Amino acid sequence: MTADPLVRVTGLRKAFGAHRVLDGLALEVRAGEAVALLGANGAGKTTLLKILATLMRPTRGTVLVAGHDCAREPERVRPHVGLIGHGSHVYEDLTALENLKFWTALAGLRAAPAELAGALAAVELDRLAGERVRTFSAGMKRRLSLARFVLARPRVLLLDEPFAGLDQRAKKWLEEHLEAFKARGGAMVMATHSFGRELAVADRIAILSGGAIVLDTPRASLGPDAIARLYRLHTEEGA
Amino acid sequence: MIFARRAWSVVWKDLLVERRSKETLNALAFFSLLLLFVFQFALGPDRERLAAALPGLLWLGFVLAGLLGLGRTFVLERENDCWEGLILAPGDKSAIYVGKLAANVTLMLVVEGLILLLFAVFFNVDLAPALTGLALVMILGTVGLAAVGTLFAAMTAQVRARELLFPVLLLPVQVPVLLGEPLGAVGHWLGLLAAADVIYIVTGLLTFDFLLES
Amino acid sequence: MTRVLGWLAALALLAGLGMAFAVAPREATQGTVQRIMYVHVPSVWVAYCAFVVVFVASIAYLATRAEAADRLAHASAEVGVLFTGLTIATGSIWGKPTWGTWWTWDARLTSVAVLFVMYVGYLLLRGMIDEGERAARYAAVLGVVAALNIPLVHFSVLWWRTLHQPPSLMKPGPSSMPPVIVRALLVNFAAFALLYLYFVAKRIRLLRLEGEAGA
Repeated sequence: MTADPLVRVTGLRKAFGAHRVLDGLALEVRAGEAVALLGANGAGKTTLLKILATLMRPTRGTVLVAGHDCAREPERVRPHVGLIGHGSHVYEDLTALENLKFWTALAGLRAAPAELAGALAAVELDRLAGERVRTFSAGMKRRLSLARFVLARPRVLLLDEPFAGLDQRAKKWLEEHLEAFKARGGAMVMATHSFGRELAVADRIAILSGGAIVLDTPRASLGPDAIARLYRLHTEEGA
Repeated sequence: MIFARRAWSVVWKDLLVERRSKETLNALAFFSLLLLFVFQFALGPDRERLAAALPGLLWLGFVLAGLLGLGRTFVLERENDCWEGLILAPGDKSAIYVGKLAANVTLMLVVEGLILLLFAVFFNVDLAPALTGLALVMILGTVGLAAVGTLFAAMTAQVRARELLFPVLLLPVQVPVLLGEPLGAVGHWLGLLAAADVIYIVTGLLTFDFLLES
Repeated sequence: MTRVLGWLAALALLAGLGMAFAVAPREATQGTVQRIMYVHVPSVWVAYCAFVVVFVASIAYLATRAEAADRLAHASAEVGVLFTGLTIATGSIWGKPTWGTWWTWDARLTSVAVLFVMYVGYLLLRGMIDEGERAARYAAVLGVVAALNIPLVHFSVLWWRTLHQPPSLMKPGPSSMPPVIVRALLVNFAAFALLYLYFVAKRIRLLRLEGEAGA
């Protein structure tokens, strides 16, 4: 399949005043592919994800997601992108079902009660549908975020430290769901600064250092030690 | 229409949260009661002086309550970390503006009604003869205040000193409404208020997108 | 280019001063202090022009996202606030010996005071947002709202005052002004306009340098 990549970044620069967080960054992600974005804290991983999600505009360069330009047509990119970042995006005083209902309606999607219930079931929150989110753990809130994307069906998922703060059971569950997302043809970029579960799901490793991707390689043949070694090698050089 | 449904989802969500937590309404109701005391104490026991100042005090009460209430428009989004969620939601952002505006107008009219009631009871004012005119001016004035207030609340939501900046920005822009409300009975004042409302709402609809970009 | 502007402005100001003191006739009842009108009136005209520029530059920024438009809006707002402050100050200085009071809530003064506060708020907003791009965007929206508000404020204040007292007789009506006074006013207006352009040009240059240095 030689379809265009779902994510294509070329010559990306993001500067805050004179400080260039990202400079000359290039990245491509195809359908059904997951990239683990490795980098130190402050390297610019979250910035890159936010630019891909249209939360920030690039200073220079081209960012194409699902065939649309993030800087010039953010409105056309948004229906195709899902971001699971550090913010929880849930209203504590509402129940899980009400949260899902609100976000789905705001996205302009019609969802019958059965579909909403089905989405909650898919993320194993159906029994807690009527509970206020205030009582939820981090893992449950993350599952609720994913429930939105069960209905919205984005083509690109952007995840910022998705496995952080989850217990073992939640980690396993998330891993399965991300694999399923890939299998349906979605593209994924997962940012992490630790060598966790993200690596198991990833097809490629991209190391972000000095504002650009310094190494972009398939993960399959690399064990966790090899990855750690490569990481140390490239971030010390590029820093 | 998708736009209307999306705007309605915002209204529904805000009113639902408010009904559950009752934070804003309770605090504003109590604030209104306190205002009565403050006005009474500030103006002293002279009944005539108080009676003469009443129309102005009423609108002062509306404005102060409005400043507090409108400033909180996006506090839910801030506290629950949902601001990014609003930005990422696909579709026309002005639907969010309309939703927030409708919720604000509803809340403020309830509080203003309460203030009116408290005034009638505590200051022994007979409102019956002026009620329809009063209601009309209240609605027009509140819509104008909320139209700009919602816009400015979005502007100051992420700013450090938002509780200070919000009134500073809102009050001067609201001068037409502030002047218009006490004098609303006169014919062309209603026209001015209505014109101001239209201008404010249209401007809000056109510019809200720019505030919710990132 | 900026230096030429500066010199032109200085020359025009001198000419304006000359006209104000030497050429224009002495006002019968108020005396010399009335000559402050030649600063007060052109000041407020330039201020209004400055805020129209803010309006246009704000719309231009929202449409094109060109940083130059943002710098123009910012600089024009600053200089506009300066001239508005000058208007209010000269108005007070004129008012004290003439009518015995520093301030009166007449239509014009009140409108100008509201104008002043609105655009000081604009500058405050800019100062309080750290991220340059968001500050530019939010300020542009405020610039549009504030400018649209000017006619509303003008009319509401005018009606508010006419309900309570007739409009203040601060200056003769335009139809009855002798041509020499009109000429003096126009020369001073030109001088102030040149001064405005000079200040704005300098400010834009400063803003551009600040932006490049990452301040």
